[in-house]
Amino acid sequence: MKEKTNVVLTGVGGQGVITAANILGKAAVRAKVNVFVSEVHGMAQRGGSVNCTVRMGKVSGPLVASGTADAVLSMEPIESLRYIGYTNKNTKLITDITPVIPFTVSVGTEKYPPVNEVFKELEKYTNLYKIDATKIAREAGAIITKNIVMLGSLAATDVLPFDKKILLETILDNVPAKFKDVNKKAFEGGFKAIKK
Amino acid sequence: MEIIESKPDETILLLGNEAITRGALEAGVDVATTYPGTPSSEIADTFSHIAKYFNKKSKKTPFYFEYSTNEKVALEVAAAASFSGLRSLTCMKHVGLNVASDAFMTYLYVGTRGGHVIISADDPACHSSQNEQDNRYYALFSSCPMLEPTTPHEAKEMTRLAFEISEELHSPILLRTTTRLNHARGAVKLRKPLKPREKGHFEKSPMLVTTPAVARIRHPELLKMLDKAEKISEKSRFNEIIEVGNPKDWGIVTSGVAFNYVKEAVDDLKLDIRILKLGMTHPLPKKMCKDFLSQCKKIIIVEELEPILENQFKAFIYEIGCKVEIYGKSTGHFSRLFEYNPDIVFEALSKIFKLKNPILKPENSALVLPSRPPALCPGCPHRATYYAAKKAQPKGVVYPTDIGCYTLGKEKPLEMADLLLCMGSNAGTACGLAVATDQKVISFMGDSTFFHSGIPPIIDAVHHNHDVVITILDNRTTAMTGHQPHPGTEFDGMGRPAKKILVEEVVKGCGVELVEITDPNKIKETTEAFKRALEFKGPAVVVSKSPCILLENRDKRKRGEEVFVYEIDQEKCKQCKLCISRFGCPSFYYDKDGSIHIDDQQCNGCGNCTEICPFDAIHKKGVRK
Repeated sequence: MKEKTNVVLTGVGGQGVITAANILGKAAVRAKVNVFVSEVHGMAQRGGSVNCTVRMGKVSGPLVASGTADAVLSMEPIESLRYIGYTNKNTKLITDITPVIPFTVSVGTEKYPPVNEVFKELEKYTNLYKIDATKIAREAGAIITKNIVMLGSLAATDVLPFDKKILLETILDNVPAKFKDVNKKAFEGGFKAIKK
Repeated sequence: MEIIESKPDETILLLGNEAITRGALEAGVDVATTYPGTPSSEIADTFSHIAKYFNKKSKKTPFYFEYSTNEKVALEVAAAASFSGLRSLTCMKHVGLNVASDAFMTYLYVGTRGGHVIISADDPACHSSQNEQDNRYYALFSSCPMLEPTTPHEAKEMTRLAFEISEELHSPILLRTTTRLNHARGAVKLRKPLKPREKGHFEKSPMLVTTPAVARIRHPELLKMLDKAEKISEKSRFNEIIEVGNPKDWGIVTSGVAFNYVKEAVDDLKLDIRILKLGMTHPLPKKMCKDFLSQCKKIIIVEELEPILENQFKAFIYEIGCKVEIYGKSTGHFSRLFEYNPDIVFEALSKIFKLKNPILKPENSALVLPSRPPALCPGCPHRATYYAAKKAQPKGVVYPTDIGCYTLGKEKPLEMADLLLCMGSNAGTACGLAVATDQKVISFMGDSTFFHSGIPPIIDAVHHNHDVVITILDNRTTAMTGHQPHPGTEFDGMGRPAKKILVEEVVKGCGVELVEITDPNKIKETTEAFKRALEFKGPAVVVSKSPCILLENRDKRKRGEEVFVYEIDQEKCKQCKLCISRFGCPSFYYDKDGSIHIDDQQCNGCGNCTEICPFDAIHKKGVRK
């Protein structure tokens, strides 16, 4: 097993990035793996770009150095490119394919690049895995489980220093009983999207 | 509620701020007070959630907690509890300590009975603050002992033990944190369970009345306390020397979260070095520091923001008369600006040791990405107020603003924020502008800011008859920091019913003659209210009342009511773009063909756009799914 595991989670305020990072952190504690998580709160949260990091193993703080991410989980295409500095050639970058248009674009002052160009650009730097997490979440029964879909996809890589089962158990322990099925479906959906 | 329900000895993942609260509970804190402010808010919010949890279970909460009117009041309430023999805690963001500083500075002269831990949450890099002041200076300034944690677990342990140090010294103690500690999560090992809340007893003493004669007696006592504190610092388990490899000439002195970056850089660069990790940073363990210096020929000081350790170590070198070289801010290896991170510390250490930096410069895509700055939410009543005020007098008005979500009114297309210093400054600066210029002034502050520090400048405006319009954006919550209650809400921080104080009643009580009370969702009426306020000679106050849309919709869902979304009738839309280029609701967007639409997922259903559209092209679409 690797000494250190660095995961970066990105997206837009409201997509559940912080919740996903928190769950990943709890799963590490459950697996008895040393862990630190960093979050964004306050002014940075209102509709803005959100970036959390989770570090596991022989680490002493939550911030990830440039070029050292083992995985990037992005709930939005350009948000993965915004944090491309964290990646290297071996990083596994998983992104949802659905853009969330910033109001700077809606009001016409800035432009959202064509999504295919974003993907092409991402492939220049790292290993890209595109998934339609929005669709998978909707099929699972609730669009808000998109963050759980993303965690499922992460579990399908070889990045995590603990078993997929531990992550799923942690998720199910942290959602109300009536939403357990939906979250399980979302997680498995994300897993299958990577491990076809 | 994991933080309460978990067993002692269990290890759970906690946010730095939650860990501080847990540490206080393990120390049996009796009274906790705050005024919310990022990055400190979750310390107090955790107390609030725990109090509500006990209420729900019909159990007695083991402490008293309040969101005080401002930081100064918070400090005073908790100080009185300490004088009565109880353990107390006050938390605030760094600039909050400026507000509390009048009480704080003299509090050190008076000293404590029950332990009192004061948490200052600093914000290097200004993630959500108006400055990045280094509050370690407050410890030196006031002669207050200070602890600085590096991880959530250490934050919990330091908080717990800080009460003991405070009681041993009869002094309040500062726990100084930074955003990367407050908002970092880590594994925290829990200790013994809680104890029930106690009542204290105030013992009278002439030494508690700080007349000049008493102050002259107390100041020497304060210096004696500091000597005693230094002895504690020498023995503190929070100050330690960590040897990496086979250290010879080099040493690193560091504190707070900077230690985390140093530790990993030293390991990865395979340096032979000794690290002096300082957790009790005021007073410094002078003997320990000097012994450390005597073992080194060269030391590197890694501390965020101001060169506080660096300057003290220079003084130690002078006192010893040794020739140890210092690498730090004064040599240009580290910056006084912003927060540090692994990249910065790896770069500086690689340079000093002439090693190849294993951390590569981050690559940046050539593709230009649109920015995603924070914005007022769709349906935010502040947007409607701003729009209405601008309509009342479109040009030539100066808009002093304040600290809260509404500061975001600075952004295009509203551009309704021209001047900001601190909490409450909107109305004070409005008064000054009225005196200094002939420009029209409309200032804005939130309801929580009004109670915090917005009232004295209104009294100033009334007394001096300043010709200003002061607006209170009354959304019935402290929204930006996470929807905490304030004196204008009907529940307090422990979830108990509370006396709701009406903004307009206070304003009238201050002697304001023209008070306009308006619902911003009625934009035309609100514009008329602003027009009347602008015409009025002398101070006028507009109280714009509408609840935060996020809370409103949450309450609607709880009550089983529906939230509607709106759509644009493409037949009627003449693409005048008013909704986008003037009103600026983020739920509007242009489609590829240039037509304008409303995003269902983002619309919060305020319906204000129906009023601003000159062509009556916007109407209810249906229930939000």
